[in-house]
Amino acid sequence: MPKQRLSGWGRTAWTVSETVHPSTEADLRSVLGDATDRGVIARGLGRSYGAAAQNAGGQVLMMAGSPVGSGFALDESTGVLTAPAGMSLDDILKHSVPRGWFVPVTPGTRFVTIGGAIGSDIHGKNHHLDGSFGQHVLSLRLMLASGEVVSLSPTDRPLWFWATVGGMGLTGVVLDATIQMLRIETSRVRVETERLPDFDSVVAAMSTDGDDDTYRYSVSWVDLVATGKSMGRGVLTRGDHAKASEVDGKDILAYDPKVRLAAPGWAPNQLLNKLSIKAFNELWYRKAPAKRHVGIESIPAFFHPLDGVRKWNSLYGTQGFIQYQFIVPLSEVEVMRKVIETFAGQGVASFLAVLKRMGPQNSAPMSFPTEGWTLTLDMAAGIRGLPELLSRVDSMVLDAGGRHYLAKDSHVSPVAVRRGYARFRDWQDVRHEMDPTMVWNSDLARRLGLLNKGD
Amino acid sequence: MKNGVGVPQNIVLFGGTSEIGQSIVSSLVQPGVSHVSLVCRDVDAGSAFAESLGDRFDDLSVGVVRFDAADHAAMGSIVDEVCDEGRDIDVAVIAQGVLAEGVDYFSHPEKVHEVMAVNATATISLLYALAERMRRQGYGRIVLLSSVAGVRVRKGNSVYGASKAAVDSLAIALDHELAGTGVSILVVRPGFVVSKMTAGMKKAPFSTTPDAVAKIVVGSVNASKTVVYAPSVLQYVFGVFRLLPQAVWRRLPLG
Repeated sequence: MPKQRLSGWGRTAWTVSETVHPSTEADLRSVLGDATDRGVIARGLGRSYGAAAQNAGGQVLMMAGSPVGSGFALDESTGVLTAPAGMSLDDILKHSVPRGWFVPVTPGTRFVTIGGAIGSDIHGKNHHLDGSFGQHVLSLRLMLASGEVVSLSPTDRPLWFWATVGGMGLTGVVLDATIQMLRIETSRVRVETERLPDFDSVVAAMSTDGDDDTYRYSVSWVDLVATGKSMGRGVLTRGDHAKASEVDGKDILAYDPKVRLAAPGWAPNQLLNKLSIKAFNELWYRKAPAKRHVGIESIPAFFHPLDGVRKWNSLYGTQGFIQYQFIVPLSEVEVMRKVIETFAGQGVASFLAVLKRMGPQNSAPMSFPTEGWTLTLDMAAGIRGLPELLSRVDSMVLDAGGRHYLAKDSHVSPVAVRRGYARFRDWQDVRHEMDPTMVWNSDLARRLGLLNKGD
Repeated sequence: MKNGVGVPQNIVLFGGTSEIGQSIVSSLVQPGVSHVSLVCRDVDAGSAFAESLGDRFDDLSVGVVRFDAADHAAMGSIVDEVCDEGRDIDVAVIAQGVLAEGVDYFSHPEKVHEVMAVNATATISLLYALAERMRRQGYGRIVLLSSVAGVRVRKGNSVYGASKAAVDSLAIALDHELAGTGVSILVVRPGFVVSKMTAGMKKAPFSTTPDAVAKIVVGSVNASKTVVYAPSVLQYVFGVFRLLPQAVWRRLPLG
């Protein structure tokens, strides 16, 4: 089997695995039968930032585009979709949007697979109202390490279902899933954009006291470079799928996502430096309308702006970058302010920082979202003193009862998972029941000791 | 497992009482490192350093493992021992070595074996044992302390120089052989390092300190480099030295 160097989307912590391209369930069983003590993990489109979908010295099932699982089917009257695990949201949207159906949850990229969406229990700008991806999965079929295929749903073996949702691929390999899609009248989004001068006004605008719950989608970009009075200033964008009456033109369900640019593969390591990022942040803030502005945008422009630039992750050069996403309870908004102050004060520039208020947690023990404030930022992995800085912020987050998103994580310690996820040990017990011989493994699991019980 | 900001989770130091080795490990230890193994002949001497390391971070554990640096046949099992509990080795620092400065090999040819056994035979066996382990892991970085003495061997410490030349050139070839496995070797060539190993010796030009060597190693361990000099200016000095005709080399006032 071919050996391949793999990393996550952040292009850090490369390791070598044996990669397998399965096309039948029998292929999967034969890999599982040959598994060594280094184990096996499934990989989709590799959009997790850290080491979740790689398995140093072991085997990796390359599921993206694989025909394994049932065929694709969308019931146009009910919006019930069945898709193979290796199918991407991109492929689904191309088919479903013109027929009036949208995915119930989409992250900032449409280049994720169904299997990955379930394993990471992804969330989007609608989490405060609609929850995460797993909550819209009606049922899924999973192959266990033994080769046995089981059907799981919130009512059929619910413990196994919820251990798989957010389980980072460590309970089995998803073969296919049935999902309830969202009805849309048009392929446009009505977006309200608003510039907010400081952290307090961003928080006030997005808090439960305001009108945030009247918008299906809500997220704020935050300037992590601005200090002093402008600390935490942002641009809030909120909206919902536009109604037919709000859109002109004949083909109101037309959907034509394009990749317009490609990032050069050879970007110098210092391209995204403190100065260029500061300039970008200033520009981004100034570009937003000073007064609340209502506009109509396309789905790609509103949900997946970065997908317009192919391989944008190589803009950080060979050093790679990390994405840091954490959440703290609603009451700990002061901790969020301190974290933003810490990053801004250290001059750790972030290109893309977004703040969002999340809704309640679902039944999955390892699902990241929970009622609170989440901040996402990215930074070059080679910044001097980054390990110390992040470890300081980790402590602030954990002391406030917060936690980190494993699909993004590339640095937290094993302790952080145990402190952050209150039901981690319950998940371990269920996981162990599903995979008693510990076949599933990944670099993320190894670093965080996710399989190690009793420590 | 190493993490995304270049911090190795598990570090092993072979030659756990080596001053340069300890300096390197001290500099590598930062938030994210969870275990350090010190492999040394003298466990008591290693323990003091182990304690001082362990005090630096709550989450850090340090173990001390005894080995005989001359026992080439035992290197495979030593590597297995430091990997117990299924731990991977993210970074291995090889700092074991004997200098044997001033030994009269004409009168004591049997002493040749002592130097070559530790510096060459056992170290090469260790390199292979680590490479095999890391190849199975699918990643890993080996830091080998070589010496400029091996770049062009001079009279006076010719056995030491020859032992370093052997292990240095082997390591570079092995690094080549490991291409595509995720495993790589960093060969570190310090000049004269002021340490207990060189106590009482006359300082050579461009002398350096264990901390300065450590700084260079930390700066190179995550880069795709195979050879570094400490101080880095020696790269140019020895770039010239290695090309000098022997007739010129013999006339240089070196030792």
